[in-house]
Amino acid sequence: MALLEIENLVVEFETASGMFRAVDGVSLSVERKEVLAVVGESGSGKSVSMLAVMGLLPWTAKVTADRMMFDGVDLATISPKERRKLVGKDMAMIFQEPMASLNPCFTVGFQIEEVLRVHMGMDRARRRARAIELLTLVGIPEPEQRLSSFPHQMSGGQCQRVMIAIALACNPKLLIADEPTTALDVTIQKQILDLLVRLQAEYGMGLIMITHNMGVVAETADRVIVQYKGRKMEEADVLSLFESPRSNYTRALLAALPDNATGDRLPTIDGFLVEAEAAAVNTPMMEPPL
Amino acid sequence: MFRFLLGRLAVLIPTFIGVSIIAFSFIRLLPGDPVALLSGERVMSPERHAQISHELGYDRPIVVQYFDYLWGVLQGDFGTSISTKEPVLGQFMQLFPATLELSLCAIIFAIVLGIPAGVFAAIKRGSVLDQIIMGTALIGFSMPIFWWGLLLIILFSGILQWTPVSGRISLMFFFPSVTGFMLVDSLLSGQDGAFTSAASHLILPTIVLGTIPLAVIARQTRSAMLEVLSEDYVRTARAKGLSAFRVVGIHALRNAMIPVITTIGLQVGVMLAGAILTESIFSWPGIGKWMVDSVFRRDYPVIQGGLLIIAGLIMLVNLIVDLLYGLINPRIRH
Amino acid sequence: MATPAAPSGEFTGSDPVDPSRRARFAEFWFYFSENRGAVVGLVFFVFLVLLAVFAPLIAPHGPNEQYRDAVLVPPFWQEGGRSAFLLGTDPVGRDILSRLIYGTRYSLFIGVIVTTISLIGGIVIGVVAGYFRGWVDTAIMRVMDIILAFPSLLLALVLVAVLGPGLTNAMIAIALVFQPHFVRLTRAAVMAEKNRDYVIAARVAGAKPLRLMFVTILPNCMAPLIVQATLSFSNAILDAAALGFLGMGAQPPTPEWGTMLAEAREFILRAWWVVTLPGLAILMTVLAINLMGDGLRDALDPKLKRS
Repeated sequence: MALLEIENLVVEFETASGMFRAVDGVSLSVERKEVLAVVGESGSGKSVSMLAVMGLLPWTAKVTADRMMFDGVDLATISPKERRKLVGKDMAMIFQEPMASLNPCFTVGFQIEEVLRVHMGMDRARRRARAIELLTLVGIPEPEQRLSSFPHQMSGGQCQRVMIAIALACNPKLLIADEPTTALDVTIQKQILDLLVRLQAEYGMGLIMITHNMGVVAETADRVIVQYKGRKMEEADVLSLFESPRSNYTRALLAALPDNATGDRLPTIDGFLVEAEAAAVNTPMMEPPL
Repeated sequence: MFRFLLGRLAVLIPTFIGVSIIAFSFIRLLPGDPVALLSGERVMSPERHAQISHELGYDRPIVVQYFDYLWGVLQGDFGTSISTKEPVLGQFMQLFPATLELSLCAIIFAIVLGIPAGVFAAIKRGSVLDQIIMGTALIGFSMPIFWWGLLLIILFSGILQWTPVSGRISLMFFFPSVTGFMLVDSLLSGQDGAFTSAASHLILPTIVLGTIPLAVIARQTRSAMLEVLSEDYVRTARAKGLSAFRVVGIHALRNAMIPVITTIGLQVGVMLAGAILTESIFSWPGIGKWMVDSVFRRDYPVIQGGLLIIAGLIMLVNLIVDLLYGLINPRIRH
Repeated sequence: MATPAAPSGEFTGSDPVDPSRRARFAEFWFYFSENRGAVVGLVFFVFLVLLAVFAPLIAPHGPNEQYRDAVLVPPFWQEGGRSAFLLGTDPVGRDILSRLIYGTRYSLFIGVIVTTISLIGGIVIGVVAGYFRGWVDTAIMRVMDIILAFPSLLLALVLVAVLGPGLTNAMIAIALVFQPHFVRLTRAAVMAEKNRDYVIAARVAGAKPLRLMFVTILPNCMAPLIVQATLSFSNAILDAAALGFLGMGAQPPTPEWGTMLAEAREFILRAWWVVTLPGLAILMTVLAINLMGDGLRDALDPKLKRS
């Protein structure tokens, strides 16, 4: 049994001009200890589908799925209370803007220890010891001092490390990383990616890496899902995706890497061709028809 | 922190000097003879005029007079009331506890109701509850409080006969003033029913004076909460699997309080202005009523001194609020 | 939002039919009319303006006409009420409805005058402070801080005591007390806009400081000022009524609502209508303007629009 299994996930938002469909029939599954990359442009619905899994969408969003199972639990029918027991403990998520994702009014120590108190019921001394252990694990120097720091006293890379420490606090089975390096400096990006991959292997977690960066995919993922305008265009293991992409969109996406730029013009994706293809993928491409 | 305080003082001291110049020059701007106005004697012989003028120091250059006045102020001499011949500062000290007690009750009333109302309106945004709360808040914000006071008197004192119309305590009770706060003094006196009497006298003025701050705090809390609730760190808090109470009541509220504290601080000036009306309606013997009475009695030393003391008080409160702001906002503290 | 498009008109000169202006008004009206309360407020405000303008035609009696046989007559629906005096009469036999209708004139007049004075004064002083900075700015802002250090009603009260009680002096005092808010807003907006590219472009094109200040920069700072102006309008009505209530504003027998309340105070427990109705008129007028103000803020302020 896969760790996370989603079939035909649809997410719609109520807007002033009717319902907007952000995710349109996406199916995916993640095995234990596997790294899955979800790739696509901004607006392709990759973050929204993962926020739906976590139950973090605003109430204006309408989420439906044929099947949404996590570790034997049906996420579609679960009560909010039971979901809260799962979220932050067995299933954790880190976000794109590490500086904005930490609460500016509380110390790093408080924000790490809070998860330990809520989910593990640890006492004060054990929480503190575990928090120091976690900060050491994610590579923050002088962890004892750092516990009483506020987020604005740290760099973006350090904040993201703290976010990772919070996510890992309860030894989750699945970690969802939503563009974890996009807002960071290039040199820091590499460090954070290495850290994530190392921790994933060490802890044997499932890892879903949401990104628009093909370089990140190549470096981290076992398997890749390509999404466009809320639909899944292609699913493949990472090697075959780079060697023989099947969908035109993936091919265009790969061709649009800045490395392939000629002169001072960046390559672009021909929207017309892609639209036509996306329209054709009404049922998800890789799944057998129902 | 120390440098922050120094920076604030660097602005406050010139402002206070400006305030003192304004208070000082009011009397000189008045139509008529300042000597006659200040002495309160309408008809006097030229000799008497010259004598008083000399006693008051009016025969000296105006700049000298100002510094003389300022020097007196710094030593606590704000002049002497024409009508009672008592020092202005002494009168102020005697009346201030009544205003302070009323203002404290009113601001507590406003905070205790306003913050939860704003929070509920924000989390139930767009709902009927939100519309009711915000509609009520806008009515409160638009309220002519002198009329609101009269309306409450008609209802609670006239028709229902629940509360007294005016004063701080029933005339039946008499006990020495220890703290100046009627609620505390009545308890200390140990007399039966004294506390109840003091509390019932306080209810209507508290509501009247607290109405506008209540409306302002509720509106400000709602908009601050709405802004904070869409922040990334609130999503993080939810991603941690925290209860709705922890997400809203701890993670969001703590951040939303930063602008709300400033708003509460700004209400102090609003309250002192409101005290003028509230105390007049309820015959509350505080500094608001004192100022209004002095205006009518043309007791200019009191107007001058009172204006200066009240402005100084507001500046002091604003300074405290600024310091408090530093305490609750870690980004300023460090 | 609309702001980037705004400066474009600067170089083409002022053409009479500016299509972008109409589009901006359409956008404004779209957001304004979305707010039901704002529309209700606007309708009520228009109603008040009509009442004020046509008061002599609408009011059944003169505002100061006394009917000796009709002292403290209750409203028509109560026992003893008369159809000639729909909302009853006051202690000297004047028709309350007529006085309320005439009172509309005073309240709107106060609002318009006070807002105009403090808006124009505040804009001029604020633009100067924000544009020149340096010691001019420091001096101006210190003076504004000094005014703000006093509770506004207390300062207005004392000013009126100095100038002498009366409606004109009350309006001058209130306008003076409201001034600093406009100065601060204008100054902040001007400082934010001053170094934007379109201003530099206009300066390079040879615009003189006066033109830069008032023609190039000012129109792009108007949104917060308009919102503040509606707020001042309602506050002016409230403060003027409060001064009238304290006996320092309009003097009897002027049918100003606050003054009417003050005159009626002693009858508070005997004749509820003489006290209740003028206050209700103040409340509803102020509420309507504040509702409009909220709608204006939502429609004009792009930052709040998003939330």
